[in-house]
Amino acid sequence: MNFDFSDDQKMLKDQVRKFLSDKSPLSVTRKVLESDQPYEKAVWKGLVDMGLTGTAIPEAYGGLGLGALELCVIAEELGRAVAATPFSSSVYLASEAIKLFGTEKQKETWLPKLAEGSVIGTLALSEGLHAASPRNITTAFANGKINGTKMPVPDGDIADIAVVVVNSGGAGEQAISLAIVDLKGAGITREVLRTIDPTRSQATITFKDATAELMGPAGQGWGQLSRVLDGAAVLFAFEQVGGAEAALEMARDYSLERYAFGRQIGSYQAIKHKLADIYVKKELAKSNAYFGAMMLNDEGAELPEAAAASRLAGNDAYVFAAQESLQTHGGIGYTWEADTQFHYRRAKLLALAIGSSAQWKEKLATRLEAKNAA
Amino acid sequence: MDFNDTPEEAKYRAEVRAWLDKNAVRKADAKDAEQAKTLEELLKRSKAWQAKKAEAGYACITWPKEWGGGGGTTINNVIYGQEESNYAVTGSVFAIGLGMCIPTVMYWGTDEHKARFVKPAVRGDEIWCQLFSEPAGGSDVAGLRTRAEKDGDEWVINGQKVWTSGAHYCDYGIVLVRTDPNVPKHKGLTMFWVDMKSPGVEVRPIKQMSGDANFNEVFFTNVRVKDNQRLGQVGDGWKVALTTLMNERLAVGGSQGNADVAELIKLARETEIDGKPAISNGAVRERIADWYVQAQGLKFTRFRTLTALSKGETPGPESSISKIIAAKKMQDLGSFGMDLQDMGGIIRDRNISPEEGAYTEQWLGAAGYRIAGGTDEILRNIVAERVLGMPSDIRVDKDLPFNQAPKGK
Repeated sequence: MNFDFSDDQKMLKDQVRKFLSDKSPLSVTRKVLESDQPYEKAVWKGLVDMGLTGTAIPEAYGGLGLGALELCVIAEELGRAVAATPFSSSVYLASEAIKLFGTEKQKETWLPKLAEGSVIGTLALSEGLHAASPRNITTAFANGKINGTKMPVPDGDIADIAVVVVNSGGAGEQAISLAIVDLKGAGITREVLRTIDPTRSQATITFKDATAELMGPAGQGWGQLSRVLDGAAVLFAFEQVGGAEAALEMARDYSLERYAFGRQIGSYQAIKHKLADIYVKKELAKSNAYFGAMMLNDEGAELPEAAAASRLAGNDAYVFAAQESLQTHGGIGYTWEADTQFHYRRAKLLALAIGSSAQWKEKLATRLEAKNAA
Repeated sequence: MDFNDTPEEAKYRAEVRAWLDKNAVRKADAKDAEQAKTLEELLKRSKAWQAKKAEAGYACITWPKEWGGGGGTTINNVIYGQEESNYAVTGSVFAIGLGMCIPTVMYWGTDEHKARFVKPAVRGDEIWCQLFSEPAGGSDVAGLRTRAEKDGDEWVINGQKVWTSGAHYCDYGIVLVRTDPNVPKHKGLTMFWVDMKSPGVEVRPIKQMSGDANFNEVFFTNVRVKDNQRLGQVGDGWKVALTTLMNERLAVGGSQGNADVAELIKLARETEIDGKPAISNGAVRERIADWYVQAQGLKFTRFRTLTALSKGETPGPESSISKIIAAKKMQDLGSFGMDLQDMGGIIRDRNISPEEGAYTEQWLGAAGYRIAGGTDEILRNIVAERVLGMPSDIRVDKDLPFNQAPKGK
């Protein structure tokens, strides 16, 4: 039984933690919150300089040639720091999608640039206030051009390229394809969106006869997307575990320094049990995420269930940790000056980032039904 | 990451499997008729199996060989347990004695005690029970009232113990009593071992809410024990008890009931809501997803613990979450399985109800499982205090002499 990260992976985790606690404390994330800047350039540059954007990209395409397990430990630290960078969009979504499903030429064109951070990528999926499905993707692909509107697109205001989920004609899932779009090209309008978490920027992108290139043969996009989202679910789950742990520590520390009715508030069972519940959810999320990491790294047969379980446990743990951490702080936790808001905002953002819990519960139930076929 | 054994572990597992194949019947091949029908039969078989294990070094695997153990590692013990669970054998009557009582005797007993008791217990010749809980001392065990008074070189015990598993068939027990009511409660306790056949010991089964009787009340009326039956110093009973309780989490086990997510999916296919298969109902699908996530989380938390053991490290605190989740899940899943049967969910008949009545049984049983070996509330205190480093509760009786501390009826 070796259900743990290796010493090398733990060392990488320590390095990333050290870098982020040094260069990306919450005061730096706050600067992004309180200004118009879309992300923190110095932190992003540091991650790029460490080679982390190329972690899971093969060496042949300019990456470090490591695996999903290395990405997982990085994700946990980015989540803990509530870092304000486009790492998840560019690495978990765009790079992984192109690595998995791009043509040889697309991989040669984009992966080295994504690895060296000279290009920032993203995934454009959502088209408004509903869960995406093969029936409601209207962004249309025809003759090398796309037309339609995506909203919200994470880092859509600053990304250089996007993997866009498009309708390429036909019925049902066969209508869906993935296409790469150079966002610097003609026919593209972007508008920054106001969101619950300004430390991660989002935009509406409108395509009008914009040049696009399909990833592989048409009609395979829905299955490809599903695989990309499963991988991202595991990686986001690690961010959520890191975030939940940080929110829990914040609440614990405050409960020890704050006195009410002559005692530390952390000595009341109402607070102790609340924090114990956060710990329980966080550990359940971590254990599920570990199995997700293992399945993702090995491309295991149980990846679909493991990814969904990672996603659901991660959503539950971080949202609960963030809101109860703020609650533990009382009135001070609701002020602009308090740092509790970073977790409150980010937890909900991540819980919706690649589809809500309701959506993933349905996916998981469907996958379990298939697995437990009568 | 992988779930594979190390070469040494694989070798040990193969040895264990070969030995079990030679000496026991696989569950899959065991016939219903072979199940023990009476307590006497169960005890006879358990003892015979335990003796066989002891001879082969598979009883108390982690204990030194000179005490009758196997001289093995914790991971050896885990591997043996995993393999043995596939065979139609049982050692449950020894779990408390070997998991909690004998370790206490080994730590606190005299050389004479150890020489007299350890080997017979390992071989299964003698069975032990633990007599701590009382009607007035459950979560707050140190509030117990059973008293022992010195009379020459003997002590005279009077009082009542409760929730004592196996007292009706045990040979010996360890009993925690109050020897000094004039000092604060934790300071006036002392531990003894006691012969359960002593005059004045009366065992009565407790009928549980479920109708079963797995536990007992034990009444002590002028029970005389020698001073040399004492474990530890007079007044050190609490310290001694902590040695025992440290092992409780391991001894209480991880039963989660017989119905889990796979069974629930099957049931949801067979039942209907509003004339449609229940499995197509969103509320049902949500519950299936939620419990799957919990079940997987528990399983992989256990794997994290096993990994630490496999590497020879001390497992992290994550194992403390298991019973908090498992007991509540067992209760809720049982309850929801009953809901799926709609009005028929009230039926408690293994010939009618799905999974031979597993849903109703675990719904009834979980009410006790949430309390046994640390209530949900006490376990949350433990996580908060020992894992998160939060302050312990204010105890208003901490410094008061026991006989002046506030008490209920």
